[in-house]
Amino acid sequence: MIINHPLLGPRDVAEFVYLGDAALIDRPDWQAPDAQAQFHAYGYLRDNPAGAHRELWYHEQGDRSWLVVTRDTVTHEISKVELARDVARARGRSK
Amino acid sequence: MRYSGFRVLKEGLTGNKGWGKAWREPDPKPEYDIVIIGGGGHGLATAFYLAKEFGLTNVAVLEKGWLGSGNIGRNTTIIRSNYMLPGNEPFYEFSLKLWENLEQETNYNAMVSQRSILNLFHTDGQRDAFVRRANAMLLAGADAELADAAQLRQELPFLDFDNARFPIKGGLFQRRGGTVRHDAVAWGYARAADSRGVDIIQNCEVTGFQIENGTCTGVETSRGPIRAKKVAMCVAGSSGRVAAMAGMRLPIESHVLQAFVTEGLKPVLPGVVTFGAGHFYVSQSDKGGLVFGGDIDGYNSYAQRGNLPVVEDVCEGGMAIMPMIGRARLLRSWGGIMDMSMDGSPFIDKTHIDGLYFNGGWCYGGFKATPASGFCYAHLLAKDEPHPTATELRLDRFITGNMIDEKGMGNQPNLH
Repeated sequence: MIINHPLLGPRDVAEFVYLGDAALIDRPDWQAPDAQAQFHAYGYLRDNPAGAHRELWYHEQGDRSWLVVTRDTVTHEISKVELARDVARARGRSK
Repeated sequence: MRYSGFRVLKEGLTGNKGWGKAWREPDPKPEYDIVIIGGGGHGLATAFYLAKEFGLTNVAVLEKGWLGSGNIGRNTTIIRSNYMLPGNEPFYEFSLKLWENLEQETNYNAMVSQRSILNLFHTDGQRDAFVRRANAMLLAGADAELADAAQLRQELPFLDFDNARFPIKGGLFQRRGGTVRHDAVAWGYARAADSRGVDIIQNCEVTGFQIENGTCTGVETSRGPIRAKKVAMCVAGSSGRVAAMAGMRLPIESHVLQAFVTEGLKPVLPGVVTFGAGHFYVSQSDKGGLVFGGDIDGYNSYAQRGNLPVVEDVCEGGMAIMPMIGRARLLRSWGGIMDMSMDGSPFIDKTHIDGLYFNGGWCYGGFKATPASGFCYAHLLAKDEPHPTATELRLDRFITGNMIDEKGMGNQPNLH
C-alpha cells in the first residue's frame, strides 16, 4: 500500500505505524456520569467494518505526523488522507 | 460407513464403487434446537461434540460457502499447548489431548503428527522467561523440555547457531506438539457430525438475526428463515460483520495474516521451529514444502491478502535462523482473516441477548484450539455453563479487569 501523505506525497506503508479506528480521536469525558462504560467502549470495543474505515496512522519513519486515512478494508484502496491535527481541530478538539 | 484398512482393501478390489459421499446435503428444516453459524473447524467441532458428548443432534451448521473454505484451510497447521497464563494453558492442553484421540473419535485420518515444536531463545533473559513458561506448562499437565545449544546442534545441525545478531542459546521443546492436515480436520468433524444426525447446510449465508424482546429466536438466511432455541456464532475472522447484524460491538479487530509455502523438498525439517528474536515459524508438510509464516500485516483487513513489507520481514526471520531456506523457491503465499482480540485471547461465552452465543477472537491461534473450542462451546450450549477449562474466556473480561494478556501488550490488537 502507498499512503499519499498530504505534505510529503506518496510514501510506502512500511514507513508508518498503525494505531486503529480514528474514533480514538474522540476521547470520552472522564467526568461524565457513565465515564466507566464510555471508557470501556473507547478502549476495547470496535466497529471493525468491512468496507470504508477511517483509521489512524503514524508516520514514524518520516515527519512523525498522525494521519487519518480512509481505506477500504476489503480492497485496501485508500480514498482519502488527512492530517489528524486538522480532523481533530474540525471536531473542536483544539484550543 | 466405517473407514478401515479392511474397507480400503475391499474397495480397492471392487473398483472403489462403494465409498459414497462423506456427508449428506440436506435442505434446512424450519426449526432446530441449535443453529451454529459457520462451517469451519470450530463450528463443525462444536456440532460433533454436541452430538457425541451431549446427545444433541437436532443441530444445523450453516456455512456461507463450502466446508473448509475459511481459515481451517488457510492456516499453517500447527498444534501445541505452550501457553503460560492460567486462563489459557489448561484450555490449550485440553485441546492437545483431544487432538491425540481425534482420529479414533472421528474415524478419519487427519494425519495428526506429533513431530514436536521448538521455540528458540537467543538471550539469557529469554531463557529465564522460557523456563518460567515451561514450569507453567508442566503445572497444567503439559510436557515441556528445555534444550541447550549443544543438544540442538545434535538434533538440528542446520540452524545458524553462531549468527552474530541472534545467536541460538537453546530452545523450549514441546515434543507432543506438531502438525495436522488441516482440511482433513474439517472433513473428519463434518463426516462424524453428519453421521450422528447433524444437518450441515452449505451455501447458506446468514443475513440477519430474529431477536424478539431481547431473546434470539432464529436467523434469516439466504435459504429462508430458520428458527432455533439457541443460535451459536462461530465465524472467527468475520465475527465483527456477523455480530453487527445483532447490534453488537466486539472487542475485536479483523486483521490479515499471511502464510507461505515453498516448492517440495526432501525431508529436511523434523518438527516445527520458531524464531525467538522475531516472528517466524516453519514446518515441513508431508508433501515436502516448507510451510511458514510470521507477523500479521497490522492493519484492519478483510481482504485475505497482504502486502509486501511483511513478506520481506517473514523471510528475513527465516534467513536469520535457517539460512538454507534461502535456497528454496517460494511457491505460494496467501492470507487469512483473523479476529484479533484486545488481549490476544479468545472468547467462548453467552452474549447479552438470550439464546445467542459467541465463539471467536482466536487471533492467529485458532487452529490448534479447534477440538477444545468445539468441546467447550458444545458444553456451554448444552449446559449453559462454561467448561472448567474455559471459564475465563469471557466477553466482559475487559470491564471486569480479567484480561488474559499472554504477551503483555495491552489493548492493541495488532501487537498480540
